[in-house]
Amino acid sequence: MKPFSSHALSVPNFPRRRFVQGLAAGGVLLGLSTVAKPGWASAAERAGSSAPVLTGTEFDLVVAESPVNFTGNARMATTINGSIPAPTLRMREGDTVTIRVTNKLRVPTSVHWHGIILPYQMDGVPGISYKGIAPGETFTYRFKVGQSGTYWYHSHSGFQEQTGMYGAIVIEPAAGERLRVDRDYVVQLSDWTDEDPMRVFAKLKMQSDYYNFNEPTAPDFFRDVSRNGFRAALDNRKMWNEMRMSPTDLADISAYTYTYLMNGNAPDGNWTGLFRPGERVRLRFVSSGTQSFFDVRIPGLKMSVVQTDGQDVEPVTVDEFRCGPGETYDVIVEPRDDAYTIFAQSMDRTGYARGTLAVREGISAPVPVLDKVEWLSMADMMGAMGGGMGDMGGMNHGGMAMDHSQHAMPGMNMDGGMGGGGLSKASSQVRHAKTEYGPSTDMRVDMPRMNLDDPGIGLRNNGRRVLTLADLHTIGGPLDARGAEREIELHLTGNMERYTWSLDGLEFGKSTPVHFRQGERLRVILHNDTMMTHPMHLHGMWSELENPDGGFQARRHTIPVQPAQRISFLVNADAPGRWAWHCHLLYHMDAGMFREVVVA
Amino acid sequence: MKPRMNLLAVSLAALIVSPAWAQTEAMDHGAMPGMNVDSMGQDAMPGMDHSKMNHAAMPDATTAQPGMNSDMSGSMDGMQGMDHGEMNMQGGPAPADARDPHAYSGGYTLESGPYSRPGPRELRLADEHNFGGLLIDRLEWTHANGGGNASAYEMQGWFGRDYDRLVVKAEGDVAKGKLEEARTELLWGHAIATFWDTQLGVRYDSGAGPDRSWLALGVQGLAPYWFEVDAAAYVGDAGRTALRLGAEYELLITQKLILQPRIELNAYGKSDAARGIGSGLSEAQAGLRLRYEFTRQFAPYIGIERASKLGQTADLARTDGEKTGETRWVAGVRFWF
Repeated sequence: MKPFSSHALSVPNFPRRRFVQGLAAGGVLLGLSTVAKPGWASAAERAGSSAPVLTGTEFDLVVAESPVNFTGNARMATTINGSIPAPTLRMREGDTVTIRVTNKLRVPTSVHWHGIILPYQMDGVPGISYKGIAPGETFTYRFKVGQSGTYWYHSHSGFQEQTGMYGAIVIEPAAGERLRVDRDYVVQLSDWTDEDPMRVFAKLKMQSDYYNFNEPTAPDFFRDVSRNGFRAALDNRKMWNEMRMSPTDLADISAYTYTYLMNGNAPDGNWTGLFRPGERVRLRFVSSGTQSFFDVRIPGLKMSVVQTDGQDVEPVTVDEFRCGPGETYDVIVEPRDDAYTIFAQSMDRTGYARGTLAVREGISAPVPVLDKVEWLSMADMMGAMGGGMGDMGGMNHGGMAMDHSQHAMPGMNMDGGMGGGGLSKASSQVRHAKTEYGPSTDMRVDMPRMNLDDPGIGLRNNGRRVLTLADLHTIGGPLDARGAEREIELHLTGNMERYTWSLDGLEFGKSTPVHFRQGERLRVILHNDTMMTHPMHLHGMWSELENPDGGFQARRHTIPVQPAQRISFLVNADAPGRWAWHCHLLYHMDAGMFREVVVA
Repeated sequence: MKPRMNLLAVSLAALIVSPAWAQTEAMDHGAMPGMNVDSMGQDAMPGMDHSKMNHAAMPDATTAQPGMNSDMSGSMDGMQGMDHGEMNMQGGPAPADARDPHAYSGGYTLESGPYSRPGPRELRLADEHNFGGLLIDRLEWTHANGGGNASAYEMQGWFGRDYDRLVVKAEGDVAKGKLEEARTELLWGHAIATFWDTQLGVRYDSGAGPDRSWLALGVQGLAPYWFEVDAAAYVGDAGRTALRLGAEYELLITQKLILQPRIELNAYGKSDAARGIGSGLSEAQAGLRLRYEFTRQFAPYIGIERASKLGQTADLARTDGEKTGETRWVAGVRFWF
């Protein structure tokens, strides 16, 4: 496959020119006269629309280019059945589904069923599961649905996901929904750029902070001097300057080019979900931003988180949660007033997706202002060592050694590791790869943070109750009572200045597959040697997140690993075949933060 | 590569070497000698070696047995005496026991082993694609005090992959419609450290006087505190040698208004009278340009620059009745694509 060949922003050349459903309202900002009218007029009168819904066991999906307008400028998108998001597919646990995907693009395409456990040939990753879907071809996916919950699907070719190819999957449990609700909405969050994503990528290669307009300035420095004194201001910048890294490197791509969408509606499109006061409303948040983390809250409402990544969790009530590309969170709310804003600000605080829960169409609630941009902390750069620096109040790392490569860590398990004795909990011995000492990495963390109770940069101590990984407890416990039989350690690496992203300092092209022995119960340690959060998505098998003591937390398909954090999860290697494993930030994945897994 | 921090912090970097201060700074990461902000940077930039200076300045910290069991959750005070000397967050050599990144492969590759797809590998990501760019850093018109007008250009283009690429550099002056002095280089750029590339290739000088060809070996990258550095040594015909050092800094006044100090130094191993060059340090330029980035890719600027001929080169100029230095106003545009 040629990952970058696919794309759509070129001159349209297809017979059926029609406007994409469901995004018209989102596009109604400016310049409507530049595009054909008919689709707009009717759509614009509605409050933002949702994706169409397809139900059953047979689905026909057609991938094609469609003109869209989210920003006032007409652009070509890559769509499924002409809508953004793609149709919501409603399935039933236990059914065998048949999905025919027809490619009407001029380039190959693919569809991956994110989080669905299925035979590897059905997983939809070109070059790994199959050869992809050539122009004009129809590929028939067929698999038995053995799970329930909220999932999603998207292209796994080039940047087609960025240009519109994503939709939700809702699988009803065989025994019917466990949770009784009165309303049930998919809320799919995504990002859109009018630019050619390949061009965006090329710009980042040329200047990696191209889209960051929150860099520290000289006046910022003088302000800090007058507030905190000269030395404090200098000190605050010292390490960043020494290491040539930016404290505001929170997202590679910002609202400078992105428009954030909720169910395919730009903020002004105001997607609206209706309710009657007193009803229980389930919102299935699907985080489909290609390069954006969203911090979601509904001012005035507590959210009861009941499911993540399709797996029911013990309900936990929060004000806010962060969701990264690939993750899903289902929440239940009980609205009583007339209108509430669903506010999903981007992690870098440059923009937001927004919608409304309301008793009727056409009303809205105040939209919060964006939170202030926060600098990354020492903890984000240095892990546990930075944790004592003040902004991580409440963390207690206990005894720490300073140099894992040479010393034991008092109070920490040292007998993990390859061929070690006890595997009851993850080894804390940091083992950087040989290939992490070259130009492909810009930092290594020797003393990672292992705690799961950090909501992350921008959400700490914000006065709201924010969900953390430590809050997630999958109902029913792990899939397998076996403990880990073996442990592997993979480091998340990159060089922001060069805009290279890798695992263990090796991009995909230089890598070898990771071999899971079929049938084993394996512990995977992910150790983040970067300053960004990476949502790591393992295809084909569940990632059962554990806490630092080895206790089971939650069953995930996508695990966000924070800067300088070290987390571990267990996998049942029960899915023979080859699988993709990658950071779900699309530009990181395409840069090579990607591994193939062989289960054999 | 684009520096981001502020000038004051930089100018004050010198303070960091104060021993008293270094010892009172519990979290003085500059004092992490092992941090080894990559050796290339230090070698290439004498005087930029903050980490070593701090190392020397912190005898207590580097020799003390670290407070291994100290409670890290406490205040910064609790971190005093920690052995930053053992920390190595960037660059440096891999320890002998570093993990083999292929150890988990079971001997399989992307092309071979169970379930691999037949034929050559189909999945190729951006790490195996070529990118490229062309930065016209200076395209400017200059007006010298009491002198004439001229124009100048400086650009750098590249094409290739992340760690190996073709690099083209060109710099020159045009006065009265005539190319006065031009340097053009064609180089293979190879990444050797986090922020540093070596550049190996050829340089061709044209303009007034006879043309000259050189072999070029240089380094380009980003030094601590966000100094962009471009340094090269050249070997030419007839035993000629040359050194060139350029450095730039970008001070953000706002996100779009950027002040860029820039220096360039040239030195030659032997005189080349035909080109008006004497041996030794021959020429220095120091400029200050203020640009406004309408977009990241398009920024007009104004500035001032002082150019001086030095040593024997200045003598040659005097003999020829030329000025040995001038101050110029510049106005130009920086853009890239």
